Amino acid sequence: MTTTVLPSYEDAVSRYEPVIGLETHVELGTATKMFCGCRTEFGAEPNTQVCPVCLGLPGALPVANRAGIEATIRIGLALNCDIAAWCRMARKNYFYPDMPKNFQTSQYDEPLCTDGYVDVEVDGKQYRIGIERVHLEEDTGKTLHVGGATGRIHGATESLVDYNRAGIPLVEIVTKPVPGLGALAPEVAKAYVAELRDIIRSLGVSDVRMEQGSLRCDVNTSLNKPGEEWGTRTETKNVNSLRSVERAVRSEIIRQSGLLDGGTRILQETRHFQETTGDTRPGRSKETATDYRYFPEPDLVPIAPEAAWVAELKANLPERPSVKRARLREEWGISEVDMQSVANAGAVELIEETIAAGASPAGARKWWMGELARRANEEGIDLAAVGATPAQVAALQKLVDDGKLNDKLARSVLEGVVAGEGDPAAVMAARGLEVVSDTGALQAAVDEAIAANPDIAAKIRDGKVAAAGALVGAVMKTTRGQADAKTVRELILSRLS
Amino acid sequence: MTDLTRMSAAELAKAIAGKEASAVEVATAHLDRIDAVDDRVHAFLHVDREGALAAAERVDRGEVTGPLAGVPIAVKDVIATKGVPTTAASKILEGWRPPYDATIVQRLRAAGMVMLGKTNMDEFAMGSSTEYSAYGPTNNPWDLGRIPGGSGGGSAASLAAYEAPLAIGTDTGGSIRQPGAVTGTVGAKPTYGGTSRYGLIAFSSSLDTPGPCARNVEDAALLHAVIAGHDPRDSTSIPQPVPDVVGAARRGASGDLSGVKLGLVKEFAGDGSEPGVLAAFHESLEALVKLGAEVVEVSCPHFQYALPAYYLIAPSECSSNLARFDGVRYGLRTGDDGSRSLEEVMSLTRDAGFGPEVKRRIILGTYALSSGYYDAYYGQAQKVRTLITRDFQSAFERVDVLVSPTTPFVAFPFGSRTSDPYQMYLADLFTIPTNLYGGPGISVPCGLSEGLPVGFQVMAPTMADDRMYRVAAALESAVGTLTPPTL
Amino acid sequence: MAAISREEVAHLARLSRLAVTEQELDQFAGQLDVILQSVARVGEVAADDIPPTSHSVPLTNVYRDDVPQPSLTQDEALAGAPDTFEGRFRVPRILDEED
Repeated sequence: MTTTVLPSYEDAVSRYEPVIGLETHVELGTATKMFCGCRTEFGAEPNTQVCPVCLGLPGALPVANRAGIEATIRIGLALNCDIAAWCRMARKNYFYPDMPKNFQTSQYDEPLCTDGYVDVEVDGKQYRIGIERVHLEEDTGKTLHVGGATGRIHGATESLVDYNRAGIPLVEIVTKPVPGLGALAPEVAKAYVAELRDIIRSLGVSDVRMEQGSLRCDVNTSLNKPGEEWGTRTETKNVNSLRSVERAVRSEIIRQSGLLDGGTRILQETRHFQETTGDTRPGRSKETATDYRYFPEPDLVPIAPEAAWVAELKANLPERPSVKRARLREEWGISEVDMQSVANAGAVELIEETIAAGASPAGARKWWMGELARRANEEGIDLAAVGATPAQVAALQKLVDDGKLNDKLARSVLEGVVAGEGDPAAVMAARGLEVVSDTGALQAAVDEAIAANPDIAAKIRDGKVAAAGALVGAVMKTTRGQADAKTVRELILSRLS
Repeated sequence: MTDLTRMSAAELAKAIAGKEASAVEVATAHLDRIDAVDDRVHAFLHVDREGALAAAERVDRGEVTGPLAGVPIAVKDVIATKGVPTTAASKILEGWRPPYDATIVQRLRAAGMVMLGKTNMDEFAMGSSTEYSAYGPTNNPWDLGRIPGGSGGGSAASLAAYEAPLAIGTDTGGSIRQPGAVTGTVGAKPTYGGTSRYGLIAFSSSLDTPGPCARNVEDAALLHAVIAGHDPRDSTSIPQPVPDVVGAARRGASGDLSGVKLGLVKEFAGDGSEPGVLAAFHESLEALVKLGAEVVEVSCPHFQYALPAYYLIAPSECSSNLARFDGVRYGLRTGDDGSRSLEEVMSLTRDAGFGPEVKRRIILGTYALSSGYYDAYYGQAQKVRTLITRDFQSAFERVDVLVSPTTPFVAFPFGSRTSDPYQMYLADLFTIPTNLYGGPGISVPCGLSEGLPVGFQVMAPTMADDRMYRVAAALESAVGTLTPPTL
Repeated sequence: MAAISREEVAHLARLSRLAVTEQELDQFAGQLDVILQSVARVGEVAADDIPPTSHSVPLTNVYRDDVPQPSLTQDEALAGAPDTFEGRFRVPRILDEED
């Protein structure tokens, strides 16, 4: 294998045009699986949420979960799709141990929803991402690979399978190919996933947490010279965060342009995104595409959503995230630019929920856009995964508003919350970070500081009120910052007046 | 004392209800009969003596009642019975004990019926002679050197050997009707969706239909009424109420068919049927005319494509249905010596666990579904299916039922049709069309040819199962039932 | 001309995870060839504008409510398994990558 000299990203996009496509899987939050009544709760003991149907026992038959159908239709409607008047499920046949029937019940040439779009905004410009299809299928079980070094399949000596997740409904959303994005392809891809996530979350049909696997993304990338036909596309999997979406597209553009510059053909292949390095690694290359031998699922009858039902679902769609953002912007009294930053940081819902939990808009924004956003950026994770919940942030701000914490102490408490030590009040108590409000104790510290600094005290008595700052500093030091500076200053001044 | 094993199901039910015989006595008599003859017939793969007696005791204690309470029944081994081995006559499921009951088994139990055991069949219901069972064939009680039909040869043979008065079979291309014909018993395939498939190990999902097997028409109707009806666990289950098949059978038994039009399918009259079969069939037709029926010739031009279409659709669906047998979650696993990959172990397991006919159909089905071939094979077959359905529909605008011999040949000797698979497939020539249409069909004994039973088939429109029971019962009233030689 | 070659049969066997022996391959190829030539007759029917039938029951929209039902216990689920470990089904090393 020859090593290619990789161009810079800017260079690559100046000479090649990227075309991207995204395939997203959403795990629905229904109470039961798609084709049986097993529970879907996360974290159960292995193989305790299974039955003859989802275990694929001989003789078992599927029965469709109405809630899954409804959720899929609502997602399609929210994405401006046409809803099929009549369609069927299909069998996708292939062998893999996490699939109990060795076929996946899915949809093939008759998806429930087709031909929609999502509008996203990047750098003040609007982009329309076409939606090719939205269809319903079932999730697989989970396989643990044992014996290898990495816990991945390569080098494993055996595998262990848990079918609790098998049969949970998945909605697959496939975009049309999106050309014409130029250098902004990575940002637009990320913005699309973020918007999609917000839309689906607003429907209440899924948690859509990338870090938990309820929103999974594969990104397709191809390059072509201007004026030429679209190039061969590669598929990148293991894209587990919004940041990774952006990085994966960027890295594929760079990699492919390097190969094309060197005259090498792009292989149509599946690649895996590497979190640590930000580039993609080839998966096992398949000589020919798998033939899934799709045919209509004979054990399930066709789905023909009644027009009246679809109309009702459409009429009851929740507010669009973009409309909601405009409304919140007004409520919070912030500029469009600031709102865009909030949206880019993935903080809209988080701030909204924090306000719902009792914080003021300013208070909520301060923490999410400040300390927490900083942490998320440092660790390269999404804001939602940073380790603090809206309820916790609201509680933290309340402690500050109540005078129990000052800003500095609050940051320390937040650190503990994010580290998993518990809720703000618990961390505050455990770490002993509460502002000392006992005036008696404060008075003692004040007197101590006055006694230790007689010349400063003298200046204050003389009316040089500004000098109090130094004494305040001394008291803060002795109380390890756990005093309210304003109160300390008042005590000093009253003592020395 | 009357030989309890010679009584019909209706007679047994009456005797038990009237306390002339206890359910335990009845069960014991049949279990003893099995002990006495099954080493020669080999109808059963598993006899559940304990379970049968326990069920009989519950009936005797009055804990369960119903029109067939206490009547023993044999169940084809393709149907899941909780805790009782269910193998589909395959090595790949040797010893598998399901953790659940099929819906129809639940209904049998709730009706107080006494399950004697599981009957032999062609592996995964693929065959017409039971020679493809991985556990050895079943011998036809009429002539132990001949096949009992298939795939449900064990159920039919158990009836002909008086080991059970009733049995459950499944019919995908004729697997209830053809064994009924060659063993001189009654075998009925209900309308597709009329009996629940939940718990039926799937062969061809859009065709499989569980159904009743008995020694006379009324018994079959009584069993039909117990097992049929909507099941929310089967999405293809018909929601409409079960037609009054028992009433229809009783009405038919009065022997009056005035005004009933019998459709004779022109395309079935071609060569292929044994002369003795045709002779018995035509005599029966005359008997029905004497009862007032009218014979009308109908043309179903696409019926000649039914066999080829079936042998594309069924293997395709089965290739997918049988993919789950991979040695991971249940059943046989072989070749796992620590050096092999899962893919290798799966492939070795499936090659060791499946018999040749099953393998042939899996490969054929995989081919017919392959991209590039789907349109010409599976896709085209489903279109032919539409045309066959239309043929039935137009025929039924002119006649009330269609009639034919059930199968072109009487019970053939073992080994005579296994070297050329297609020769075996021809046994289903007359039964397959109605499976593709989804309509009900019944085989009734109508005479003998060279000492071997011949079956008469009646087919009705979908949902009109009662209509076929009426005509079948009328024929039975005219020609009587057959008595197999004593074993 | 053969409707199906020995190589194609071998390929299909691999696709359907059947480790057929050489002898089986020979036998099946011949038999399948005969069968295929017979079933190919469906192609004689002009059916371009005929809709295919996938279900013989005219049902649509059969659903269940999103209400939990009892599951099997772990023991019941694993009861028939050839090999298990700590509540999971154990399988030898997998070659193919997950899709």
